[in-house]
Amino acid sequence: MNTLATQFAETNLHQAAWAPPVSRLKECHAPAGAINLNVRGLRVVGPLQGFGQLWQKTYWVRLSGLTISPAEVIRTWKENFDQFWPAGNHFYAPLTGIAPGEVALLNMSLPGGLPLSTGMLVLYSDDESFTLITPQGHFEAGWITFSVSEQDGCIVAQVQSLARAHDPLYEMGFLLFAHRTQERFWEQTLTRLASHFGVEGQVQMHKTCLEPSCQWLEAGNVWYNAALRTAIYTPIHLIRNLFRRVEIRH
Amino acid sequence: MIARHLIPATTIGVHRADAQTSIISLQGEITTKTENALMDAYTQATTAGAQAIILNFAGLKNMDSSGISLLIMLLVRVKRQRQRLLVSDLNERYCKVLKLVGLSQAIGIYETESQALTALAAVKEFNLGRIAG
Repeated sequence: MNTLATQFAETNLHQAAWAPPVSRLKECHAPAGAINLNVRGLRVVGPLQGFGQLWQKTYWVRLSGLTISPAEVIRTWKENFDQFWPAGNHFYAPLTGIAPGEVALLNMSLPGGLPLSTGMLVLYSDDESFTLITPQGHFEAGWITFSVSEQDGCIVAQVQSLARAHDPLYEMGFLLFAHRTQERFWEQTLTRLASHFGVEGQVQMHKTCLEPSCQWLEAGNVWYNAALRTAIYTPIHLIRNLFRRVEIRH
Repeated sequence: MIARHLIPATTIGVHRADAQTSIISLQGEITTKTENALMDAYTQATTAGAQAIILNFAGLKNMDSSGISLLIMLLVRVKRQRQRLLVSDLNERYCKVLKLVGLSQAIGIYETESQALTALAAVKEFNLGRIAG
């Protein structure tokens, strides 16, 4: 009986790690100065709803000599997620932290200095991993999992994405330069994470193209392209900020 | 024909429902540790000539986000082979997860294995009717 009760409790615990069903994303926490666009009211999109080639990319770093548990590493990672990102990119975590069903705001800097505002939903979160899924308009359609495990007595931190470009414009960007930019981004993130724990880690990467063809039926996704929408909105955002500063001075 | 692919805490069985349909039954969890066993089971079902695969999740205790990634990878292989993928006996919470991530658009989800088999039979009958007509 006790075993059954334990199994039941475990099953409930596993299921509670998933985000509850959401049809559209809710408002997210945006600090002053952040561009809060392309999140509220949008749907989440998985790899099947994207346009470009489907890629699985895995990056990992061995945190040799670290004596704390994977759960402690993942807790630190969740709490300081934004700090490990390369400069110029911001992950505004939900006020309640990285928890299933919460929405985070992303302000990123694209090559050429173009700003991008988008978001992500926390799809899954437990003691040793968490997964973020993209909304419409994000440069990818899919999800990315951050996990920490013990392998051969060594703590290993891993980032694994399963995604494809959201629309034809992003796919063009990926084919030209964005794959390399993205790979550098996660390599730097893992290097910073390792440094945080005092480890000089060597980041390794493995990528596989699971589906080389594009899904032309999803070409219309370009309507939601967050980079285009942010570019259109940014001048308005700057003028508004200027007026606010002038008002405060007077 | 029944084969068992064993990994700690998880058992995956494969059996044929008919000449063109194989059922993969999973007892335990579907996580990254299950990848090889699940793909081996799929290969076995395909080698036996299956045109449709039903994943029976009646014994599923836990599925994490890597489990959902595994389903996507399986779906990619199924599409490449021009097969069909169906899921049965999945609990309500995981059904909602599959809907949330858009997997339910590509995988038929049925309450029971017999409902999945009935749906497949109906499709087969419809296709035969189209050929005859």
